Amino acid sequence: MSDTAISVQHLVKRFGTTTVLDDITLQIPRGQVSCLIGPSGSGKSTLLRCMAFLEEATEGSIFIEGDPLGFVYDGTGKRQRQAASELRRVRSRIGMVFQQFNLWPHMTALGNVAAALRRVRGLSRSEAEAKALAQLTKVGLENRAGHYPSQLSGGQQQRVAIARALALEPKIMLFDEATSALDPELTGEVLNVMRGLAEEGMTMVVVTHEIGFAATVGSQLSFLDQGRLLFTGPPAEVFAKPRHPRLEQFLDTYLDRGASTLV
Amino acid sequence: MSWKLFSLLLEASLMTIFVSTISILIGLVLAILLSAANLSGIRPLQWGGKFFISFFRGTPLLVQLLLLYNLLPVMGIQMPSLATAILGLSLCTAAYQAENLRGGFEGVPRGLVESADMAGFSPAQTFFHIRVPIALRLTLPALINEAILILKASSLVSVVGLVELTRMAQNLVASTFMPLELYASAGLIYLVINLTVAVLGRQLEQRLPGAPAK
Repeated sequence: MSDTAISVQHLVKRFGTTTVLDDITLQIPRGQVSCLIGPSGSGKSTLLRCMAFLEEATEGSIFIEGDPLGFVYDGTGKRQRQAASELRRVRSRIGMVFQQFNLWPHMTALGNVAAALRRVRGLSRSEAEAKALAQLTKVGLENRAGHYPSQLSGGQQQRVAIARALALEPKIMLFDEATSALDPELTGEVLNVMRGLAEEGMTMVVVTHEIGFAATVGSQLSFLDQGRLLFTGPPAEVFAKPRHPRLEQFLDTYLDRGASTLV
Repeated sequence: MSWKLFSLLLEASLMTIFVSTISILIGLVLAILLSAANLSGIRPLQWGGKFFISFFRGTPLLVQLLLLYNLLPVMGIQMPSLATAILGLSLCTAAYQAENLRGGFEGVPRGLVESADMAGFSPAQTFFHIRVPIALRLTLPALINEAILILKASSLVSVVGLVELTRMAQNLVASTFMPLELYASAGLIYLVINLTVAVLGRQLEQRLPGAPAK
């Protein structure tokens, strides 16, 4: 089996005349944490959403464990949308965690985690709930199983969202600014869950503003600016000099805020 | 006015409540199907739905009922007045409820649908397990309002030969010559029914988990 979990090839994404992603080629290694960093509007979230086919790329391809995602090319090289069943099959290897949690408000924490186990995986109610409870326990929320999202803190909601994604046993987890909507004191509990997941060897792609997390947990860092991938490499290399001037400028804004101790 | 007369009105009000409740429920199911047609992305279904809504919102209920009452026999369909009344009210309220629901469906956050996609839900599963429950919660106040409107509009179904509260009052007036007492009593009964619906609706709004996110 190849060591590449996700392969992004010459990806271009345009909204009208604006180019959001400009010819991105990137390999996401299996079993490691890859972080996408960059200023707001650099295209890092769009790139991550393309990896889940929540955004459709204008050109280029994405392969999940070698299988095309979203589009396939026919014999003549023409691009076509993948059949819905095939898309669902490939997508089932991916778990996604959103900035806004996106828990279903009319279901309890347990219901959120169990829903797809029942409806998609076809487990019985009791099997699904037992499995869901095990996942909630893993993120430390077994005593909040009966709570509705509106009764949970942001950090707790995000941990439920992580449990919901993990319950479906994905091979790859995508995190889209998972802590950006949280108060600083709630950020830690979510980062801890993510750190634990990384230690278990989960393949993770993390879009984050938490440079400290990226530096200490990430094994690959990619820096995007204005839709272009300017740098990909191990964190040590990113923080060592000489480096790309735009990246340096970006990191300086963090160092100014006292993050120098991390480097 | 004697208790005897008032109890006749109360009895007739049961028919009003029955016809309205059944019609609102059938109308809700039809409205959800109309919403599904609108969201399906299939053009003929969308046009069909739009035509249905335009027709039933754009013509008076009284005309619809009279048309239905005269059209069915021409088509060779024999229906008791109760069924005709329910059919007429259901079709009309379906159009209004579909319009109410449209706002609710548009208010379902995109992220909740995306998380359903990522969980592997089929479009139908996403519709019934995510979109519908959230849209219903968002439109609950409008749906309660529609229920009250239908309870009052049900006074029109007497034209298809059904004796409900209003028609019973008219009949009693014809034989007792006590219009003030009887119509005031009928109005009072409508008021009590609708206040009850409003209070129950308010309680339902507060007790439903995960009601509209602020």
